[in-house]
Amino acid sequence: MAIDILMPALSPTMETGTLASWNLAVGDNVRSGDVIAEIETDKATMEVEAVDDGILAAILVEAGTENVAVGTPIARLAEDGEAVEDVAAAPAASAPAPAATAPAAEEVTPQASASPVAAVAPAAAPAVVPTSGSGAPRLFASPLARRIAGDNGVDLGGLIGSGPHGRILRRDVEAAMSAPAPASRPAPMVSSVPASPGASTLEPNSQMRKIIAQRLQESKATAPHFYLTVDCEIDTLLAARKVMNEQSSDDVKISVNDLVIRAAAMALVKVPKANASWEGDNTRLFHHADIAMAVAVDGGLVTPVIWAAEQKGLAEIAATSRDLATRARNGSLSPEEFVGGSFTISNLGMFGIREFAAVINPPQGAILAVGAGEQRPVVRDGQLAVATVMTVTLSADHRVVDGAVGAEWLQAFKGYIEAPVTMLL
Amino acid sequence: MASETTFDLIVVGGGPGGYVAAIRAAQLKMKVALVEREHLGGICLNWGCIPTKALLRAAELRHSIDEMKEFGITISGEVSIDLPAVVKRSRNVAGRLSTGVAHLLKKNKVTVFDDLATLGKYVSGRREVKLAKGGILSAKNVILATGARARSLPGVEADGKTVLTYREAMVPDSMPKSLVIIGSGAIGSEFASFYLDMGVEVTLVEAMDRILPVEDAEISEFVQKAFTKRGMKIITGARLAGLDKAGHGVTARFEGDLAPVKADRAILAVGITGNTENLGLEGTKIKVDRGHIATDQWGATGEPGVYAIGDVTGPPWLAHKASHEGIICVEKIAGEKDVHAIGEGAVPGCTYCRPQVASVGMTEAAAKDAGYDIRVGRFPMLANGKAIALGDDQGLIKTIFDKKTGELLGAHMVGPEVTELIQGYAVARTLEATEAELMQTIFPHPTLSEAMHESVLDAYGRAIHF
Repeated sequence: MAIDILMPALSPTMETGTLASWNLAVGDNVRSGDVIAEIETDKATMEVEAVDDGILAAILVEAGTENVAVGTPIARLAEDGEAVEDVAAAPAASAPAPAATAPAAEEVTPQASASPVAAVAPAAAPAVVPTSGSGAPRLFASPLARRIAGDNGVDLGGLIGSGPHGRILRRDVEAAMSAPAPASRPAPMVSSVPASPGASTLEPNSQMRKIIAQRLQESKATAPHFYLTVDCEIDTLLAARKVMNEQSSDDVKISVNDLVIRAAAMALVKVPKANASWEGDNTRLFHHADIAMAVAVDGGLVTPVIWAAEQKGLAEIAATSRDLATRARNGSLSPEEFVGGSFTISNLGMFGIREFAAVINPPQGAILAVGAGEQRPVVRDGQLAVATVMTVTLSADHRVVDGAVGAEWLQAFKGYIEAPVTMLL
Repeated sequence: MASETTFDLIVVGGGPGGYVAAIRAAQLKMKVALVEREHLGGICLNWGCIPTKALLRAAELRHSIDEMKEFGITISGEVSIDLPAVVKRSRNVAGRLSTGVAHLLKKNKVTVFDDLATLGKYVSGRREVKLAKGGILSAKNVILATGARARSLPGVEADGKTVLTYREAMVPDSMPKSLVIIGSGAIGSEFASFYLDMGVEVTLVEAMDRILPVEDAEISEFVQKAFTKRGMKIITGARLAGLDKAGHGVTARFEGDLAPVKADRAILAVGITGNTENLGLEGTKIKVDRGHIATDQWGATGEPGVYAIGDVTGPPWLAHKASHEGIICVEKIAGEKDVHAIGEGAVPGCTYCRPQVASVGMTEAAAKDAGYDIRVGRFPMLANGKAIALGDDQGLIKTIFDKKTGELLGAHMVGPEVTELIQGYAVARTLEATEAELMQTIFPHPTLSEAMHESVLDAYGRAIHF
């Protein structure tokens, strides 16, 4: 009996994915647990393991195919003793509906399903929710979340659940409802790029790129950004860091970035008005400095969060940030580790960037762009002197953070950075 | 065995928070030490939840004898209470469970130190813990689960003879003729009910305007009526001015012009305070706020690698909250993925007086204060077949829904075995069920739980049996 291998759902909300590559060829032996293919989802590339033993008889979906619906047969295995040719020719044993003919329930969902908030409320609430047995992947959401989503026209398929095993809970739907609605998009101009023939190639955008594009466009379109820049002298901080790392016999060394995270967390505690998010009728004031850090990964970036960073010591921040960055790069973060946060830090100092202005990570109220620490001339008491200077720029959402609040925050931050002893209190 | 000094995790305190945390950590392959100064199982098992349930069971059996006639059973001869035997059974129950905890810890290879622990230095990513009998342990992480003890009022100290705390109140060597109980929370109300059933004249005193003040007002009123009907004297809105010991007894004086109450003995049940002393917290970044250690939702304190769970971190002072906090704290330390903080209103509360009281989520007043437009369902036990058959039909089940979303905001119960029933509503709240799922669920007949179903139906004007 031939065994069809189906396109797996790698997250509760995944409906389609890109079949990135095949690790095996037709005729290869397959043992359960072997990695047979790689599938790209919105945030990561994940491996698909075989669950049965056999011989790969046919590849039904070629590598590089986009929008493969979950449940579509992607390959076929011949079991021991079966003729590979017979199996390859046999009709698919089970062929769930491909994406194009998905059940009607899904078609009510507006096409902009990549956005967390559906643009138009579908008329009949229950129709938004695919139910098990319809051929669609089962969507895990609490009854209360389903009802609130239905009443408010929120597409559950676009949400990442924060409950056990990624189950969508009320708070996830409410968070999506309070996020700013996506701005109307300009007409696509893909085909009208002027260029000499053959002088460009078209690269398909990964899910991650599309999400980055959507979120950052939404940020720039809805959050009125303003920018405040300040120079911080960091010679004292560098000396303190040297002492800390010499004194500590830990494996984890404290980086300048860890000290920046700590100082930012302390500054958010000192100026709590800067730790806020615009939610239309309300402004959400965060009780903790949940600091997201931008980590560049292959093909984009992710922002894992150090929760309640103000309660964490430097050693813990160092260990946490290193762990999150490592796992961000190898794509093994779980959603609750990179969704949310109250403030983001983006550091391009290691690339020698002197200063830059970052785009706010919505729905947060501000982001800090950190440049390189470099020796620069400074004037002290009318004399030229040399100091190590790090320039930082705060981008703030003027709807929640006013200029004076942003300035107060930067002043607090600079205070901690230039007198690092104060941030250890 | 005890020569080992380095561990992955040291748990200080062997109550329902500490020992559960230790076992969970062992399951997650940590090398665990547990330091307990007195009894494994903590207050809950030795001086709280469990032995009081044994006492209340004796009171309940005593009460049931009075009802035998109604069931057609005649008892001839004198009914008497052998108080030392009642107390001894209660102690044996506690002893058996404490031994059980010791076995569980051994089975999970947790090293137990019978000692007092103090936090020490943080050296190279490891936290030292000093033992009073000598020796220093160290571990990557330490969980403080030192629990709490009875709070006393300024100028009113318990002497253990005429003025008692829960601890002496559960091992009486004789029954007083009269008793005044200060505080009508779960502890005060349970002792009031026990001593009342044992034939003592009980006066229950509460500073707030009603007894069981954290419960829904309707439930408080129900219990107050039931207590009063059985002959208990209840004084609410009474702030204690002093307890004067005189002769064989004690006189409770109150602020204002409330008449003083004379009794043979008094029980102080005015809340509890965290055991934060002598732990070595001074000079650390661990914050102690009004007698309790401040933590985040995972139990992390301000000090790296030091966590705190259970009663020492503040109310609600409940064993099941401590155990759950212990589990999520350990799972977070172990880097487990699917760990979820305790949600708001997720901890059910139970009081084992007669009638029993159980609740989860918001009271009607709290829901209104929070701005909810609500639907309230009520169903009396006197319309429940099983309750009538049991001869125990005094009770009420009240459910509160958000009119807009159908969320079950709170459930409040009083009556027979409601402490066993409340988990049904707790599960519903955790799963974020709405009224629709609760209505669609089939409740078996004949059970007390049918009243839970009917209460939900009543909230939507659909109750069948009332």
